[in-house]
Amino acid sequence: MATATQAPKLTVVSAGLSVPSSTRLLADRLAVATATALRGHGIEPEVQVVELREHARDLADHLVTGFPNTELRPAIDAVTGADGLIAVTPIFAASYSGLFKTFFDVLEEDALAGKPVLLAATAGTARHSLALDHALRPLFAHLRAVAVPTGVLAAADDWADQGLATRIERAGGELADLVAGRASTAPRDPFADVVPFEALLRRG
Amino acid sequence: MQFGVFSVSDLTTDPTNGRTPTETERIKAIVAIARKAEEVGLDVFALGEHHNPPFFSSSPTTTLAYIAARTERLQLSTATTLITTNDPVKIAEDYAMLQHLADGRVDLMLGRGNTGPVYPWFGKDIRDGIPLAIENYALLRRLWDEDVVDWSGEHRTPLSGFTATPRPLDGVAPFVWHGSIRSPEIAEQAAYYGDGFFANHIFWPAEHTRRMVEFYRRRYAHYGHGGADQAVVGLGGQVFMRRNSQDAVREFRPYFDNAPVYGHGPSLEDFSRETPLTVGSPQQVIERTLGFRDYVGDYQRQLFLLDHAGLPLKTVLEQLDILGEEVVPVLRKEFAALKPAHVPDAPTHASLVAARTEQEEAA
Repeated sequence: MATATQAPKLTVVSAGLSVPSSTRLLADRLAVATATALRGHGIEPEVQVVELREHARDLADHLVTGFPNTELRPAIDAVTGADGLIAVTPIFAASYSGLFKTFFDVLEEDALAGKPVLLAATAGTARHSLALDHALRPLFAHLRAVAVPTGVLAAADDWADQGLATRIERAGGELADLVAGRASTAPRDPFADVVPFEALLRRG
Repeated sequence: MQFGVFSVSDLTTDPTNGRTPTETERIKAIVAIARKAEEVGLDVFALGEHHNPPFFSSSPTTTLAYIAARTERLQLSTATTLITTNDPVKIAEDYAMLQHLADGRVDLMLGRGNTGPVYPWFGKDIRDGIPLAIENYALLRRLWDEDVVDWSGEHRTPLSGFTATPRPLDGVAPFVWHGSIRSPEIAEQAAYYGDGFFANHIFWPAEHTRRMVEFYRRRYAHYGHGGADQAVVGLGGQVFMRRNSQDAVREFRPYFDNAPVYGHGPSLEDFSRETPLTVGSPQQVIERTLGFRDYVGDYQRQLFLLDHAGLPLKTVLEQLDILGEEVVPVLRKEFAALKPAHVPDAPTHASLVAARTEQEEAA
């Protein structure tokens, strides 16, 4: 259970490319909805936004070198250390964008295991609505994150629709419920949890 | 402190002229590099092991034996010997043989190998990498330390009444380093046996190396081999030098930009900032290398990677001249002045024989 002394960390990943971007706009509205719902649980979250656009080159470097550079490291830490995650991508060619996928590709194995996550996307038309379920959900299932039931897709004409606000509120509420009910976790430290060598020998 | 060079034995096209050395040229070049290392006053030459192109070094003990015959005092090592896909019996035999031929100027660095397809070619599975490293090394130790071995395990056919020949020179096995880029299990293994730990160091940020070495030192002390600051640590390093640092950058950039490991990714400047790569003047290399001690403590062996990314032999030999004449003499003096007396040097055959004699006399 998150306590008043340690604010739970809510991290928002936006893969929008333009500035300003509708993906970031959706991400911000989801963050506000989640934070509002958390306050309903008596919890004031610490919100941090990761704009993947700012790390486009860092991510390409990571693919080539195998390690995150100084600029990328804090973004990865913000995501792996989060108590709740909001992940928002534009839909490109019927799926998440390459930039979005690259970020989740370079995370350590199990980095998102058990982490509550809200999945959302922006698209030109509502015909891409199922991309959330056929592309994002399987990805986060593979990462063993816990995706909330409501995914939010905002198509161009949704921005004038009250239905979008309703879905944002419902999804934010679902994420807040999961974050509020979850013990705050620190990322695993491979050097702190020593497997003594005798145990390694026996496993052989 | 020991200084030397290590080679991964890649055959890479020189991006400045499109020329790729033949296997013969590259193999002869390695011998020339090792001999030059001795000539300019370096202590160690270490050679990699690979079983896939574009690398030539499938049989390191053959190459090292030849180098042993052409040198007088150079310590011969590996970077790395594959403890996963090689039969530990063959490792025990090959390196004991090399020890005799080289009058004890031999140690070796064990590594797992990270090329997935190589494992099945040798009947293994990369997913068993850590268990293979652990079981195979436990057997290797017994083959060297015990004259007659009865053994059974998971990954190799059992041995009954087996004696690995030749026996280690003077009854003392070669010193073993364990190399790993990112597996705490291997640092734990090195600590458990009181062996050396070599952090590849290059290609990764210093903070990562700091944590690996700190972990190894803590566990070395835990297993009662001595103080954490007495653990035996080696580091890799990667440098390119010219008297004028701008000339070094200009000359090395095309090799960097097209290098198989990091090419077409970060800029030379970014990569130099993020990792220990130093491209510049001899003085810059001296300062950067002395700085390694700030995050790993007093250490025993510094190996530099010089011959890679398609650099021509002539250039590599020039780099060795600079290293031997201008860099290593200063590093030797500075590191020695900083090192407390209770921190040991890297073990050699002579020191291991002396330690054993002392132990026997005490018993």
